[in-house]
Amino acid sequence: MKRLFAVVPLAVAVVLGGFFLWGLNPERDPSEIPSVLISQPAPEFDLPSVPGVDVPGLGRADLTDNPGPVVINVFASWCVPCKAEHAVLTRFVERYGLRLFGINYKDEPKDAATWLSDLGNPYARIGSDRSGRAGIEWGISGVPETFIVGRDGTVLYRYVGPIVGEEAVAKFTTALTQAGALDRELGS
Amino acid sequence: MIPEIGHFALALALSLAVVQSVMPILGASRGNVRWMQSARSSAIGQVFFVGVAFAALMRSFVVSDFTVRNVAENSHSLKPLLFKIAGTWGSHEGSLLLWVLILTVFGAGVAVLGSNIPAATKARTLSVQAWISVGFLSFLLFTSNPFDRVFPPPADGSDLNPLLQDVGLAMHPPLLYFGYVGFSIVFSFAVAALIEGRIDAAWARWVRPWTLAAWMSLTAGIALGSWWAYYELGWGGWWFWDPVENVSFMPWLLGTALLHSAIVTEKRDAFKSWTILLAILTFSLSLLGTFIVRSGLLTSVHAFAVDPERGIYILGLLALSIGGSLTLYAWRAPVMEGGGLFRPISREAGLLVNNLILAAATGTVLFGTLYPLLLEALTGDKISVGPPFFNAAFVPMMLVLGLFMGAGPFLSWKRADLAGVLQRVRFVAGLAVLVTLAVWYLISGGPFLAYVSILIAVWLLLATLREWALRIKFMEAPLSETLRRARNLPRASHGMTLAHVGLAVAMIGMIGSSAWKSEEIVFVTPGTDVTIAGFDVTFTGAERLRGPNYIADRGRLEVRRDGEPVTTLYPERRSYPVAQSTTTESAIRSTLAGDLYASISEPASEEAASGEAWTLRILYEPLVNFIWLGALMLVAGGALSLSDRRLRVGVPRRTRPHGDLRLPAE
Repeated sequence: MKRLFAVVPLAVAVVLGGFFLWGLNPERDPSEIPSVLISQPAPEFDLPSVPGVDVPGLGRADLTDNPGPVVINVFASWCVPCKAEHAVLTRFVERYGLRLFGINYKDEPKDAATWLSDLGNPYARIGSDRSGRAGIEWGISGVPETFIVGRDGTVLYRYVGPIVGEEAVAKFTTALTQAGALDRELGS
Repeated sequence: MIPEIGHFALALALSLAVVQSVMPILGASRGNVRWMQSARSSAIGQVFFVGVAFAALMRSFVVSDFTVRNVAENSHSLKPLLFKIAGTWGSHEGSLLLWVLILTVFGAGVAVLGSNIPAATKARTLSVQAWISVGFLSFLLFTSNPFDRVFPPPADGSDLNPLLQDVGLAMHPPLLYFGYVGFSIVFSFAVAALIEGRIDAAWARWVRPWTLAAWMSLTAGIALGSWWAYYELGWGGWWFWDPVENVSFMPWLLGTALLHSAIVTEKRDAFKSWTILLAILTFSLSLLGTFIVRSGLLTSVHAFAVDPERGIYILGLLALSIGGSLTLYAWRAPVMEGGGLFRPISREAGLLVNNLILAAATGTVLFGTLYPLLLEALTGDKISVGPPFFNAAFVPMMLVLGLFMGAGPFLSWKRADLAGVLQRVRFVAGLAVLVTLAVWYLISGGPFLAYVSILIAVWLLLATLREWALRIKFMEAPLSETLRRARNLPRASHGMTLAHVGLAVAMIGMIGSSAWKSEEIVFVTPGTDVTIAGFDVTFTGAERLRGPNYIADRGRLEVRRDGEPVTTLYPERRSYPVAQSTTTESAIRSTLAGDLYASISEPASEEAASGEAWTLRILYEPLVNFIWLGALMLVAGGALSLSDRRLRVGVPRRTRPHGDLRLPAE
């Protein structure tokens, strides 16, 4: 018995070592996220609104038949970078008429409502994804993540991580302009 | 010429390490005193040659010798001198050289200062240390030579990541490495003990000062890193559960467990194989950290430039050192148990609980850190594990630990009198409840868990002080008697009190700054007012400034409270044209009660260049400085304990010398 226990650390180390060896495969890039959804129809999902927040919930049907492409932002109140990104998204909405929908990912409704009332709510619709099920459908790798969806419900673009800093904002702006998602031209 | 000398010195150090990895250990098994003693000169030689190499690299950075590739890639002639020096360990190659330097410093330290260690044990330990040296020196020389030349040399360097150009961060790696790598010598002691098949109280006493020294540096290094993240990253948090933070935190947790289990081994001759296992695993986690940071295995904000070949090489080193030592452990440890028996209520049992919780917490952090990798390997899914997991899993364990930690020091060895202990802590437990109720009455907001945490932190603080007061008969005996007792109490005991109080203080800071933090993010134009936590902050404009290698936009914030001017804050946003990146320099008004923290980021529009509209983040973090104050007390407690006469290396014991003069085992 004692001997068995003494072997446990070794066994754990060997198993972990196997995973590390696999992880070193030069083909693998941990920061690269497979974008299987690009040019595919957006996944089916239907989320209720966040209790305490006065905008409606979000489902697949809300993505189509809008005046133009829409932006889906996955956020959570526990996510620090989301807060920084929030300011950038708000600016897009206020200045350039971006249609912004939110998926509130694995968050307590109470916290999300506080977060939004503190920072302001730029989202026209917010779906509450408490279980993270819609997040799986969208294949998100973390929070925040942002998608641009065309009028016909096709996913046009995906941005992983916070849209913060000149480079990221420039990249995202280019994508928005190409998709025609901005009502007003930049700089106007 | 100088870089070639550095390169050559590294090669010499490697050959010395090869000799040291064979001769002393052979000498120990054959009883050849000369071979055993060769470890002393080779260990000193190693530290000398690696020191020469390190000095040579540092010189190349100081004089901006851009013919050296490493300097060209990581420095710039306009950089301030301090950051040129810090640039020496700013890159993968340079930091690895620092790693090896510290490794050899600890080896030489044991060779020179460990005069109380029997010759055979010392020889074996130093050989094991040399095995690690051989591994890392060859890694350095064959895959990451810091002295590579580049031709033609560039006219100027490409700068160090500006985020890293900071005094706190310049000191962070040396301290962190001193801690990380310091555990190598403890590992070597453990492997040597396994080879000898003998571990006793004396072993635990030899290991303790080295464990303490490494643990103190690691504590200081982690605290400094978190302080840096706090004021430099501009997010206003001090811990993000990033993989790179986690890999430095795991050796700390397990090292803390080791410090405590080694006490049981020393005093009661128990927990032997467990202590050995902790010694091995603590250093293994340090190695794992080195591997994760340098191999690009996980995504993180501050990894080094990655290279799969290097990753394979380090993984090979890991397999040899960790696999080898754990195999040895599986083979030799089962025969080593024994030692003192104890009752379920005793100091030993208390320390056992401490160890179990710390080990479980380490396992949790390890699992959370590696889970994305494991899941991706098994299912192909890519996920990230964030603060919610760590907070939900880790924080409750620490609270339970705090509960036991307050009571632990009251327990006596072997068999404690539970009723007596309860009677002695009754008063402080009640006081802790009262304090918590008072806090609740005064604030009456925030999460329930915050009040539970406050209760435990205050309990820990008061119980620790109470135990100390009992020992020196504070208020129970005349002052002269108290002072006499305080003087006679071992310094290790004072050290424990200070460190435990430090943890309680740090906990109070962590609770205050996470549960009662206020935060505002607003777009501001000159004249905008923001009210936060009782402060009225007015943004009065921004101006453009020039630094040595950057251009800065500096905002100006007038802070008032109740109409009275308090201070003026100048948050900056710096852009470094050469490195093509920007940093946030937050402005902080620091008091013990809390920090008012302002940063400007991301101008709200293009016209921001003319200073019109900015995004201002302003936070109030109550009690946040208690975290670093507490960390300082932890380090000071460690230092006090290290200065205990019983542990002081190289000092003869106060009691009369042993009859035998510890001749080499022949």
